[in-house]
Amino acid sequence: MTDTIKRIAVRPLSRILPARIRGEDPDKIEKENLKIRHEQMRDFERVRSNIRLLLIIVMFACIYIAIAARLAVLASSQPAEPVAQANNSLIFAQRADIVDRKGRILATNLETYALYVETRHLVDPLNTAHKLANLFDDLSAKDLYSEFTGKRKFLWIKKKLSPEQMQAVHDIGDPGLRFGPRQTRLYPNGALASHILGGASFGKEGVHSAEIVGVAGIEKTFDQQLRNPTRSKKPLKLTIDLSVQAAVEHVLEGGMQLLNAKGAVAILMEVDTGQIVSLASLPDFDPNHRPRVPVRGAAAESPLFNKAIQGVYDLGSTFKIFTVAQALELGLIDPKTKINTTGPIKIGGYKINDYRNNGPELPVWEVITKSSNLGTARIAKLIGPEKQREFLSSLGFARPTSIELIEAKGGKPLLPKRWKELETMTISYGHGISITPLHLATGYAMLANGGRLVKPTIIEEVKLELGPRVISKEVAHNSLAMLRGVVMGGTASIADVSGYFVGGKTGTADKPSAQGGYDKEKNITSFASIFPIDNPKYVLVVALDEAQDTSGPEPKRTAGWTAVPVSAEIIARVAPLLGLRPKFNNNSTLSLTLSNWHE
Amino acid sequence: MRGLIYTITFASLVGLAFWAYQENIKTKSAIAHTEKLQKEIGIARARLSMLRAEWAYLNRPDRLTELVDLNFARLQLVPLRASNFSEINEINFLGDPDLPDVVSLPVRLTLKANSRD
Repeated sequence: MTDTIKRIAVRPLSRILPARIRGEDPDKIEKENLKIRHEQMRDFERVRSNIRLLLIIVMFACIYIAIAARLAVLASSQPAEPVAQANNSLIFAQRADIVDRKGRILATNLETYALYVETRHLVDPLNTAHKLANLFDDLSAKDLYSEFTGKRKFLWIKKKLSPEQMQAVHDIGDPGLRFGPRQTRLYPNGALASHILGGASFGKEGVHSAEIVGVAGIEKTFDQQLRNPTRSKKPLKLTIDLSVQAAVEHVLEGGMQLLNAKGAVAILMEVDTGQIVSLASLPDFDPNHRPRVPVRGAAAESPLFNKAIQGVYDLGSTFKIFTVAQALELGLIDPKTKINTTGPIKIGGYKINDYRNNGPELPVWEVITKSSNLGTARIAKLIGPEKQREFLSSLGFARPTSIELIEAKGGKPLLPKRWKELETMTISYGHGISITPLHLATGYAMLANGGRLVKPTIIEEVKLELGPRVISKEVAHNSLAMLRGVVMGGTASIADVSGYFVGGKTGTADKPSAQGGYDKEKNITSFASIFPIDNPKYVLVVALDEAQDTSGPEPKRTAGWTAVPVSAEIIARVAPLLGLRPKFNNNSTLSLTLSNWHE
Repeated sequence: MRGLIYTITFASLVGLAFWAYQENIKTKSAIAHTEKLQKEIGIARARLSMLRAEWAYLNRPDRLTELVDLNFARLQLVPLRASNFSEINEINFLGDPDLPDVVSLPVRLTLKANSRD
């Protein structure tokens, strides 16, 4: 500052002395000079601070411009993985595997290539078209040639190539033939558990990659999770047991062929957790080559249709145990109460009768073992429509099951619109209400675990606790004793698998015919069983569509001759696989209860 | 004095520039190396997943069942059934005193054989 402001003396003698001589006040001169000096200093400071302000503005502007430029660059450039610490994209692009409860692979990915053509690079379109048509049966040389020489610059030829096919295409040697890397979903077990897995196909496709999207089953339900790159190394674990599933499907398929059935269902469920160990619906399909959804005909006829969770059927007498359990729970009857079984009951222009004459009366437990429609209908009359509907709704029979398969939503039970006395009586033995076999399995699991509801699940991660209590332990115990009675001396005696005490209830329901009414020659036979019944661990539901045993002189169509032997074989095969140790001496409280009733 | 400070500052500037240049080169080569390793890991993983898929494919129950049927004459494998279990007191230990106490043995001795599922 000293350099820039010119210092001028505030009391210059050259002015003071003449002023004194003139008799003026010399201080005025000093004041005047001081004023000038201060003005100069103020001007200087102003200029300086203006410069500083300008510098700060320029500096901030530079910073802001730099930040904005960086943002613009980030926004407009392609994202790149930080190379130093991130994993390679080859690893990240994977869809997570699906494994069974023991970690065996049910679905995984495979590296493959897609074939496409860039027509401007083709050297010899005619020759290439012919050679490609020779390689792939579904391509025609004529169509290919017209595509190659047409307006299109780019076209896909094949979405997946096997290594052999790829080599063969390489050997054609035309530079216009290009390969795009692909990941494809592989189901190494073929058709096994196909309805659970569903299937996957390609979503958005590019030359360098294509996304895999789930189209059905577990692949669709958990699509987001399976595609999530942060979870790609964590496989989705199902509650299915591969070897049990294989054994179940093997036996079921054999049974279906022997009995000339149109379709078959088997569900094996843990009674305490609701976890599904095996779920099979036949006919099935290969998810590696998932068939197209049929455009014509009934959806239920397609192999894609999952009968176990989508199909709703009148499941017949398997329902009777629910009626009896409810009446026991309400205290209306006890297992030894005699029930009138004289028939027929005529109600609303409808006749209820028994399959065979059971005499004038039966104790409640024998109503179950002999499967009396009349007895069950009369018990249901005691319960009444309102309470019956409440009870069946509390078992979850009024809405689709909550299993984690996308198709489950389609399995909406069919309940009567008008639920009066007639409906109550027919529903008591399983007619006039249609539910899925999975609903039935859930209901039997409730009886087997002592009366608590379970939610069916197929995902290992879901740790389910028992739901609310529906019936008391004692009622559950008595129901199990009756189910054991069915196998020991009732309609399901073939199911008495040595070593594993089986209890269960058969059901034979005529199918509604196209002309209205019921078709006597076509039925759905089912067997819902619990094993080992003295310490219940598993529920098995088997249902067969239009099965008949033609080994005798007359075809046998009841469940006792169709669903029961198939179930027995399944239990004999899978119980050892499930780690159940057979027992050959029966001294459980259940058999005690049964023998008490016999007296 | 001032000249000396200038000289030292300039010399250290040149030194630091040289050091930074070297570090830059090292970083670049390290990144290139990492990229190569990542690529190798990626390829190895792809191969691993391919092998896993092949293993699962070779072990699919259908194929194993077929193999069991094909080799039945030699291996005589049948599905495990309740009759394959037995009680501990049915096992004959031939009275060998060197054998451990029967009661403390694991119970499922007979489970190993005869399974094809």
